[in-house]
Amino acid sequence: MKFTIDWLKDHLDTKLKDTQIIEKLTDIGLEVESFQSSSFDTDNFIIAKILSTEKHPNADKLKICEVDIGKENTVKVVCGAPNARKNLLTIYAGPGSIIPKSQVKLSVSKIRGVTSYGMLCSESELNISEESEGITELLDKKYLNIVGKNFFKNNNPKVVDLSITPNRPDCLGVRGVARDLAASGAGKLKEDVKRKLKFKDATKFKVTITKHKNQGCTMFGSSLITGVTNKESPKWLKEKILSLGQKPISAIVDITNYVMFDMNRPLHAYDLDKIDKEIIVRNSLTGESFQALDNKEYKLEEDMCVISDRSGILGLGGIIGGTRTGTELNTKNILLESAYFEPRSIRKTSKKLNIDTDAKFRFERGIDPESIEEGLKKAAYLIKEICGGEVSKFDIQKIKSSKKNQINFKTSLFEKITGFSVSDKEIVKILNEIGFEVKPLKGLLKLSIPTWRPDISQPIDIVEEIVRIKGFANIKTIEPEKNRIKPTLNKQQKLFHFIQRSVASKGYYETVTWSFTDSKINKFFKEEKKEIQIINPISSDLNVLRNSIFSNLAFYTKKNLDRGFKDMSLFEIGPVFLGNNPGEQLTVIGGLRSGKISRLNWNEKDRIVDVFDAKRDTIQTLIEVGFNRNKIFIDDKTPSYYHPGKSGSIYLSKEEDNPVAFFGEIHPNIIKKLDIKTESLVGFEIYLDYIKETKKKLKDQKSQYKQSDFQKSERDFAFVIDKYFKVQELVEIITNIDKQLIKSVKVFDVYEGENIPSDKKSIALNVTIQSFDKTLNENDLEKLNNLIISTVELKSGAKIRS
Amino acid sequence: MSDIKKIKREYLEKLNRELNQDSINQIKTELFGKNGSISNEFKKLGSVAVEERKKFAADLNLVKEELQEKISKKFHELEIKEINEKLKNEKVDVTLPERSFEQGKIHPVSQVIDEISSIFSEIGFSVEEGPDVENEYNNFTALNTPDNHPARDMHDTFYLDNEKKLLLRTHTSPVQVRTMLKGKPPFKIIAPGRTYRSDSDQTHAPMFHQVEGLHIDKNINMGHLKGCLNYFIKEFFEVDKIKMRFRPSHFPFTEPSAEVDIGYEIKDGKIVIGEGDKWLEILGCGMVHPNVLKNVKVDTSKFQGYAFGIGIDRLGMLKYGINDLRAFFETDYRWINHFGFDPLDVPSNYRGLSR
Repeated sequence: MKFTIDWLKDHLDTKLKDTQIIEKLTDIGLEVESFQSSSFDTDNFIIAKILSTEKHPNADKLKICEVDIGKENTVKVVCGAPNARKNLLTIYAGPGSIIPKSQVKLSVSKIRGVTSYGMLCSESELNISEESEGITELLDKKYLNIVGKNFFKNNNPKVVDLSITPNRPDCLGVRGVARDLAASGAGKLKEDVKRKLKFKDATKFKVTITKHKNQGCTMFGSSLITGVTNKESPKWLKEKILSLGQKPISAIVDITNYVMFDMNRPLHAYDLDKIDKEIIVRNSLTGESFQALDNKEYKLEEDMCVISDRSGILGLGGIIGGTRTGTELNTKNILLESAYFEPRSIRKTSKKLNIDTDAKFRFERGIDPESIEEGLKKAAYLIKEICGGEVSKFDIQKIKSSKKNQINFKTSLFEKITGFSVSDKEIVKILNEIGFEVKPLKGLLKLSIPTWRPDISQPIDIVEEIVRIKGFANIKTIEPEKNRIKPTLNKQQKLFHFIQRSVASKGYYETVTWSFTDSKINKFFKEEKKEIQIINPISSDLNVLRNSIFSNLAFYTKKNLDRGFKDMSLFEIGPVFLGNNPGEQLTVIGGLRSGKISRLNWNEKDRIVDVFDAKRDTIQTLIEVGFNRNKIFIDDKTPSYYHPGKSGSIYLSKEEDNPVAFFGEIHPNIIKKLDIKTESLVGFEIYLDYIKETKKKLKDQKSQYKQSDFQKSERDFAFVIDKYFKVQELVEIITNIDKQLIKSVKVFDVYEGENIPSDKKSIALNVTIQSFDKTLNENDLEKLNNLIISTVELKSGAKIRS
Repeated sequence: MSDIKKIKREYLEKLNRELNQDSINQIKTELFGKNGSISNEFKKLGSVAVEERKKFAADLNLVKEELQEKISKKFHELEIKEINEKLKNEKVDVTLPERSFEQGKIHPVSQVIDEISSIFSEIGFSVEEGPDVENEYNNFTALNTPDNHPARDMHDTFYLDNEKKLLLRTHTSPVQVRTMLKGKPPFKIIAPGRTYRSDSDQTHAPMFHQVEGLHIDKNINMGHLKGCLNYFIKEFFEVDKIKMRFRPSHFPFTEPSAEVDIGYEIKDGKIVIGEGDKWLEILGCGMVHPNVLKNVKVDTSKFQGYAFGIGIDRLGMLKYGINDLRAFFETDYRWINHFGFDPLDVPSNYRGLSR
């Protein structure tokens, strides 16, 4: 919503300075987006004199001009205009200025190798005429003595641009803004000028609103104005239209626009002679179409509110008129429309057809139904005054009458909500000033809501009105109490924050990526999950919700690799989606590592990251979270995006049904398809939701402290065993032989190759044995030794290596 | 002079010379070997007259000890000398790079969420969450934003079905709805999380973060709202004083509604929060609309309160001098390295929010 301060003063008597008005607007909830001159910053265009010109060394058609801009130093400007010559007076625009026509911002630039400071402008570039041949030529007589001065007189009034919230249609007109300002003490609302309008009873014109269940128009006011001479608008009107940033068209169009912005009353003018017999306001039929004033052809669906005549559609009521009956400069007779359209209907139609106009914007927020006649009056008066002609009596068709809504307001509610009090007297005064009729009634106020306030329907709305006008600065600041009834975080939230930092402490950089991703990448990681499409994605490569934490991580790992990074660890914690219903999501922490460890290291040999790096990061994280390494069980079944032979899944215990995590190398085919250029790429995923209920609080998990001081012994074993036999199982077999005595089993060598059959491997283990009761003697140890060998051989088919 | 004294003098003299290991061993053998001088003296013990035997033995033992001590001292000196000699050749260039250690980083958004939670924890808020995918009812209708209302235009919504019933939440406010529907007042929660709107330019990202606040109890009024936000802003920016302005605005789910601006100025090209004559909008808030409370079955005759919504990314940008919102989500390794936080840097009340 734009207007000038002068325009505002048509409605408001005020002594406030501009800046105070601006502050006041903000204080009462009419947010000021900007307050500046309308078209462009005129200070940047300076009267200048060309002192000399020389040919550009690298371009035939360009000249280098030495230009006097009224400052101590002259400037060099490269110019291509044929009329650029010595002693010419012209207009110079310096670096930083914005050229009105192209809206291009100038900067110091090199043109064919020669630096140019700003430019010399043609009249067309400055929007002062259509003249685009050559640069502006100014008369010596008038301008010679004012070289260095601004070419444009700064008479462009400053324009207030308000960002009006959707609840305040009344402030989409200057008068509404003035009314609010007056109530807040900024001045006095001027009485609306009562204009005398002489009516002449011309031929009646038939207007019908058809009765229909979904009729979007409930009132249609019209006036015939005959014998007009449409013309260019007078200066005052043109200036008003220009200050809105709009283009003056003709007096009739400009007047309807002026009335709309002035009193928030959209109007439409038809060329009466082009209407076929009568106006019928009805609902459209599927397939009907018309040519609108934006020069587009619209195909309508069923039930859109249209204004039509006997031949067809003239326009979409309250949204946009049609070209067929549009007014032109030679229009002689007009029909002026001032109607009320239902916001819902307007919104539905404009959304479907994707049309946005000033009228639509206002009707969908709710226009004052009582302004129909006043709008006609104001416009008809102006048309008559400017274009001449005779005005017929207004015809107002209604299928529903508007009535003022009432509210009973208990003034005590105000203090209850805001925490401070305002006297009843002042409340009444504020409400009166913003248009409420107030009747005190036994401890409460009976209020009639002004018809221009469709947003007000209940007492809380009244509280808002009062506190807004009274000022939010009056609200006290009550210090918050520092007591806590409930723990800040629940268990799962604590886990989230802990695991996030646990992974980061292992060298991973945290990233936050979109929850959506490219379906083409997502498909590599989605497995059996349903693809969840976004109906209106921001771009085609962000078209689905991610099914896996890897989709974006892989994409960004590639991006960073392409930036030249080689050895990276990235992780993200966040949602992955299983379906498009609320709650069909899981929280996952996932990481990817690329490249090598100890690359270019002077004292350590480098190696590529591998599955056991990923495994360490995953398991160590789970241990830090509070799980017992000895209970963790590893399986080798993993999703298909992992390397089938170099990946694993992690169960918190052997008894669990679902894995809580996966780790491994990423499948080479995916690396190839995504064109990820690295020596190695490994990753892991931990599903936070699956570790939900399995955990006691850590303080309750600690067992009694018990250690043995008897001497411990170590024994080494080497078994030759089936190549595919899992070491985890071998260790378990040994551990289970005597849980009291066997304290730990360490794998210190795995060997395949010479001296070992090709379907076997050799596993070397170190077993630590210690008793709680005594120091074990040779005999005890030998017995256990033999038991270990025989049990392992029996249960695993292994043979002790001799 | 007795033999003993002679031996002693002779060998002490020998042992005072510069000796290598072999020569010391040689001397040791000469003295204490099977036929060593001292050993031989001990053999004489039997033949010494009884009355002199005691003294003889005592003298001999003294000499023995003295020589033995001298020999072990000699060995020790030699060892030290050898170690020193060896160390001379063991010098490394300690200015060579240390072994590498890779510390990860926490994303600024996560850090800021932790800071926010820590501050609100202090004044009794607990953390609630809600799903990223919401239904149209929780995101709009329950929040007093009916279908076909222009207020819906304020949010460019991502939809997940053609009927526009399922969507990505456009704000964290649906968590209010969920929280109140499943519990009974009083409510005092914050809800940080991801939010989505389908616009994207220099200052807008299709995904961003908000924290919702909700406090419903008996007699909670706008003064409490002001106090709470004033406390939060001061704590968050870690300043003693903050210039703050409440400006009337409109949100369908609160009434009265306000936007909050904080004062700032630009000093040496950097933004300084809390002073200055420029205003920066940082959040929206208001008293929860009675229609919303009715929708979630809260008795409006007994309970009322406030809600607010703050842009987390924006707060982080202001506090940590980050210029570009889009960079938050672009996963540039250099950016994360620059703006990320050490994982050990956990914001807390007692250690302070930031170092």
